[in-house]
Amino acid sequence: MHERTIAELAHGLRAGEFSAVEVTEAFLRRIEALDGRLNSFITVTAERALEQARAADERLRRGGGGPLTGVPVAHKDIFCTDGVRTSCASRMLDSFVAPYDATVVERLRDAGAVMLGKTNMDEFAMGSSNETSFYGPVRNPWDTERVPGGSSGGSAAAVAARLVPGATGTDTGGSIRQPAALCGITGLKPTYGRVSRWGMIAFASSLDQGGPMARTAEDVALLLGAMAGFDPRDSTSVDRPVPDYAAELARPLRGLRVGLPREYFGEGLEAGVREAVEAAVRVLESEGAEVREISLPTTPLAVPAYYVVAPAEASSNLARYDGVRYGYRCEDPRDLEDLYMRTRGEGFGAEVKRRILVGTYTLSAGYYDAYYLKAQKVRRLIRDDFVRAFEEVDVIAGPTSPTTAFRLGERLDDPVTMYLSDVYTIAANLAGLPALSMPVGFAGGLPVGMQLIGRHFEEGRLLNVAHQYQLATDWHRAAPPGFE
Amino acid sequence: MSLGPDEVRRIAWLARVAIREEDIPDYARNLSRILELVEQMNAADTEGVEPLAHPLELPQRMRPDEVTEEDRRERYQAIAPLVERGLYLVPRVIE
Repeated sequence: MHERTIAELAHGLRAGEFSAVEVTEAFLRRIEALDGRLNSFITVTAERALEQARAADERLRRGGGGPLTGVPVAHKDIFCTDGVRTSCASRMLDSFVAPYDATVVERLRDAGAVMLGKTNMDEFAMGSSNETSFYGPVRNPWDTERVPGGSSGGSAAAVAARLVPGATGTDTGGSIRQPAALCGITGLKPTYGRVSRWGMIAFASSLDQGGPMARTAEDVALLLGAMAGFDPRDSTSVDRPVPDYAAELARPLRGLRVGLPREYFGEGLEAGVREAVEAAVRVLESEGAEVREISLPTTPLAVPAYYVVAPAEASSNLARYDGVRYGYRCEDPRDLEDLYMRTRGEGFGAEVKRRILVGTYTLSAGYYDAYYLKAQKVRRLIRDDFVRAFEEVDVIAGPTSPTTAFRLGERLDDPVTMYLSDVYTIAANLAGLPALSMPVGFAGGLPVGMQLIGRHFEEGRLLNVAHQYQLATDWHRAAPPGFE
Repeated sequence: MSLGPDEVRRIAWLARVAIREEDIPDYARNLSRILELVEQMNAADTEGVEPLAHPLELPQRMRPDEVTEEDRRERYQAIAPLVERGLYLVPRVIE
């Protein structure tokens, strides 16, 4: 059962080959048996899942149901779920039970998906290794001494280990794509505004975007179709029709113009990653794509600009955790200031505190122009690079991450080295562009991901390219040893 | 930009985040390294460049000035750390 993709499960459910309860039980059993090795779930909602599965079977029996009826999914624990703890992997929200569902949760449920639980992540989505979680690190199913990437590391590990066929993630600087690459699955960060942020706990509001993670581009397309669309409750949601992503998959690649930014193949890129990505580019060529080198000259400034914009917005967003309305509150506060200081000092982990302090500093009196305003100007230069590139090419391809999965603890005490894990992914967030990572092989036995970046709202084109690549290759079918 | 212990204490107070005294040197070192990374931006000539605040440069949407929220006070207060008679309790502010 667990080897089936979402598309295959949905088909089998509609054809009556198996029931939603059988599917749900099979995946719950796998989580029970195998997640002790990975720690990819924070909360498993078995009873609720079986209830939803029974309702799905009832709908299927009556001949109704949507494209995902009876298909199990897991949500990153950053999406609010009514009546189920939403922790954001922080001590601050360890006891927080959201009083409402996020739009993404609501939409996937309306499409018939069955929620199996909430997945582990870096605390408040701040991290690239899933080691900053209050609930302990997630392990990479390809090598449990290594990180799964982050921040959506629980979702990526769970999907790669076949504990769930699809999951949600969020991506502020690479948090869907980098773990997808390191775990050997397919993950998409949609265009800013494509998927509602309502009920998705805010990190950096001008960058955050939720998106789907699954093993195949076809499955990602099915999930995105259910997640995307206008939501009046999110003031940055874009009112634009959602295309039929599944229908776009079949388009041949003949004539597709693919750009390889020379800045994405320079110093710091591991040889094995480069070789796998270059081999994948040759597959696209053999499918009829025209490949040319391009330049995104502002690339080296993306990480610096991001580490102004993201912490500044985070320091403002996380001001809401004050120990008064919900979440953690320190014991016996002396006065109001002590309540704020200790609640936040004890409730947040080290990386979150670092980012709040950086953001507070850069926004403090006298520094705004030198940091935030400067970063916003650099942000335009980065966006302009892409605007020029997309006059020449249809998609941009390159490595998702400069290395394969690194060892647990290796970068934990060195925030700047950790930040450079996202050197190829951050620019797409700053420019609001859709970008996808797909598995394109292995280096030293660990998965390598290739990133595809597209024009605003051209998720369909990215999924189409990834699907055509997956028709020609088998990398997306590889299962981690011990999790087959 | 290199930050010293006093600056870290001041920023932590501005952010209302208590940092243990023994952790201050680590924060000073890491924050300084992050600011060094960030300052690579200064290499870019941004003379005359308009700041980009929204990646799609779309204006905020307007909506009719109507009440759309329902009253969910009880539900929201049920998850608060300390509530009494419908009020959120904090330490005494005015003596």
